[in-house]
Amino acid sequence: MKIYVPRDAAALGVGADQTAQAIADEAQRRGIAIELIRNGSRGLLWLEPLVEVDVAGTRVAYGPVQAHDVAALFDAGLTAGHPHPLGHGATEQIPYLKRQERLTFARVGLTDPRSLSDYLVHGGYRGLAAALARQPADTVASVTASGLRVRRGAAFPAGIKWRTVLGAQSAQKYVVCNADEGDSGTFSDRMLMEGDPFVLIEGMTIAGLATGATQGYIYLRWEYPQAKLALEAAIAAAHAAHYLGQDIQGSGKAFELEVRMGAGAYICGEETSLLESLEGKRGQVRFKPPLPALQGLWGKPTVINNVITFASVPIILDRGGEFYQHFGMGRSRGTLPMQLAGNIKHGGLVEIAFGMTLREILYDYGGGSFSGRPIRAVQVGGPLGAYHPESQFDTPLDYEAFAAIKGMLGHGGIVAFDDSVDMAAQARYAMEFCAIESCGKCTPCRIGSTRGVEVIDRLIAGENAAKQETILRDLCETLTYGSLCALGGLTPYPVISALNHFPQDFVKPVRQSSASG
Amino acid sequence: MSNQSPRRVIPIKVERQSSLTAKEQSAVIEACMRLKGLPGALLPILHAVQEELRFVPKDAVPLIARELNLSVAEVHGVVSFYHYFLQERPGRRVMHLCRAEACQALGSVALEAHVKAKLGVDYHGTTRDGAITLEPVYCLGNCALGPSLMIDQQLHGRVTAERFDALVTQSLEHS
Repeated sequence: MKIYVPRDAAALGVGADQTAQAIADEAQRRGIAIELIRNGSRGLLWLEPLVEVDVAGTRVAYGPVQAHDVAALFDAGLTAGHPHPLGHGATEQIPYLKRQERLTFARVGLTDPRSLSDYLVHGGYRGLAAALARQPADTVASVTASGLRVRRGAAFPAGIKWRTVLGAQSAQKYVVCNADEGDSGTFSDRMLMEGDPFVLIEGMTIAGLATGATQGYIYLRWEYPQAKLALEAAIAAAHAAHYLGQDIQGSGKAFELEVRMGAGAYICGEETSLLESLEGKRGQVRFKPPLPALQGLWGKPTVINNVITFASVPIILDRGGEFYQHFGMGRSRGTLPMQLAGNIKHGGLVEIAFGMTLREILYDYGGGSFSGRPIRAVQVGGPLGAYHPESQFDTPLDYEAFAAIKGMLGHGGIVAFDDSVDMAAQARYAMEFCAIESCGKCTPCRIGSTRGVEVIDRLIAGENAAKQETILRDLCETLTYGSLCALGGLTPYPVISALNHFPQDFVKPVRQSSASG
Repeated sequence: MSNQSPRRVIPIKVERQSSLTAKEQSAVIEACMRLKGLPGALLPILHAVQEELRFVPKDAVPLIARELNLSVAEVHGVVSFYHYFLQERPGRRVMHLCRAEACQALGSVALEAHVKAKLGVDYHGTTRDGAITLEPVYCLGNCALGPSLMIDQQLHGRVTAERFDALVTQSLEHS
């Protein structure tokens, strides 16, 4: 009798450890022999802790299950998959999950993330086997052919970066994973690292073999201690089985991997700042060129990609670039793990091919707001993403379509706000966040963000409002065109979109009446 | 490089009036000795020091600088750049309350006001009894189940004012 209780941080945050303990105790009390497996999360986060019971090969879901529900669930016949008010039937048949196209997240929630043998049973390391059987240039060609793009900001094709590193002449090259997932509204990297750490390790190993890099680093944010535990356990297991080390699967090729912890700096999600941090310095942004692909970590050629990018590589190698290319629309190929967050009824991970509209994901998957009030604004793409009003909800989720409405998909975070939101406060927060997280290297970001907070304060106080708005727009233009990196360069997105789409929130009398009502 | 004679190092004297206890000093030295061979060792060392002492004392900075052959200014620059490194001794529990947008959408601004009033401190402050230090954090990756709070390394989701009060009581009992 297998029972699954996630060890995902989000599940732990709502009591999964207590639930697991209660299940173990209750089973023992009743003399039922169970095997308790601590899996990753299925991504149906509003149902966490989501308990699954294996009934003759079918997994039956119950959730959210708190420790105090456990005895009643056993009474109702949990171990036989019997119905209960907390029951949802077969997990795979839950519409939220059934309608998804899980490629990158195929194993997350399904397997035991600490078990290498479970990973192998579920198709793990087939991508690495394919990579070992071919020339590095062919591996790079497959990644390029797949259309896989770097899942952040400009969404640059990953294969081009790899080709540059492969072509660079150097005795030492590096592979660096950007696991500094700092965008509010995003948690797909965390879920993947906690739920299927081996796939990231495999993807980075393939990148090492394909580009001639022998040392890899995963730069992980301190806010993810569970991910650290999962990665370190998986790295140790991979090492012991020669999937990492000096002689990978008898090929004579070497790749070593180490987890390095960040220390609470949003800017370290910017790749050059991350490299500085890895070198043990302040996370200040570097000028480009030189590109990290040519002069990256310690000045050596470096592949630096996001977690989801590396994690997409094994399936591309295993199934072929064309298989992956088949998903998606336009120039956005493959799937995108979207994250539904904020004031949303059914928050969680939704991996779908590009092209679904914002409205579909908010209502068909998300089920509307958590509070039950109308959704008024949605921020897509993290704290540097634009706020979208209802009139833009029919935009398809695609890099180019969002660029066309002055927004960005970024890392796929979708944060919903109901009609109690004060958009002037959100605009002010965007500037404040930029001021707190600025690395200080360039003037528009370092000083402009603080001035931005002050201008917005005067604007919403109604001090010569028309003039303040002109100053704010001018300041935003300076930030956009004068900043060294995306932090200063994109902070105007949330500010200007709030101002353009919700101007009434910036007018003093309306603000007061909405605040009191 | 290998043909040149070893670089001459001018020894830096650690200030005599260091406020570190002998135990703290040896913890810092031990972390440096264990990790300084790593490329880019400074962040791992600072993490190790904070893990051991719960913060990075001001007087640990010259020790680390000496061990890594860096200037005190360089080490101080790194310690002060990263929000996670605490420069003052924290309370017995450190609470990181999420201030980011997804938690705001679920009422974290009101929760923040409650938390500050309940503890009687602002961000970066420690309660008068030395029990709890309050720090802001910008996303804990729990954006579908906010508002979120991390107590030491333990994440809590769906934190309401009532749940926060209960967590404070629990924390005090266990600290």
